[in-house]
Amino acid sequence: MYTMVLSIMHRASGLYLSGCGFLFVAWIVSAALGPAAYACVSRFLSTLPMRIVLALALAAFWYHLFAGMRHLSWDAGYGFEKRSARRSGALVVVAAACAFAATLFLTPAGRFLAGTP
Amino acid sequence: MSKRPGSASRHWRYQRLTSIALLPLGLWFLVSLLRQPALTHEIVAGWFGRPLQALLAALFGAALLWHSIQGVQVVIEDYVGGRLRAVSIVLARFAHLAAALALAFAIYTLASGGGE
Repeated sequence: MYTMVLSIMHRASGLYLSGCGFLFVAWIVSAALGPAAYACVSRFLSTLPMRIVLALALAAFWYHLFAGMRHLSWDAGYGFEKRSARRSGALVVVAAACAFAATLFLTPAGRFLAGTP
Repeated sequence: MSKRPGSASRHWRYQRLTSIALLPLGLWFLVSLLRQPALTHEIVAGWFGRPLQALLAALFGAALLWHSIQGVQVVIEDYVGGRLRAVSIVLARFAHLAAALALAFAIYTLASGGGE
């Protein structure tokens, strides 16, 4: 049951990151257009709702990365038995939570998103 | 989408290929982004103004958008039915193509010292 939830979360996080990929493109295009356009996009991305969106993207990134590694190992033929699938699922969640917390609280951009200067 | 034999397994293989490419490229991008002291225009333009960084950004962007359209297409195929399915796949592909072109323009501009 809970491995099913993880599988749906892999899809949901992937779809979410797809949307955020477009934000990344908009951000880098604004940098290429010059300081004025960049300041405008930067201000938008610094608003509270967008900081929440980006913090969720950070969480989605780590989850999708670790869950993706789990899927790749299944494709390679490892860990598909029920017991090890449950164990690797828990490992993915713990690893993603740790990486998310570390990047959110220990890096300059993460601390900006978290609002902890 | 296509009914050609082998196209589904090719799609599957390419999706694994882009996911493997994104492991190092995604980590590179996130780590580089998060360790910038601040994300001012000067710092961002300087970051992508270095040739190797611009190259990595281009590779990351290409892998990201390719992986993204592969995943989005699978999700559309699974959840959208009828005529809307083909329309949404075409729209998603156009959006990703447009994003890829915009990204190429941006990286080229920043790498050649533009964006000032």
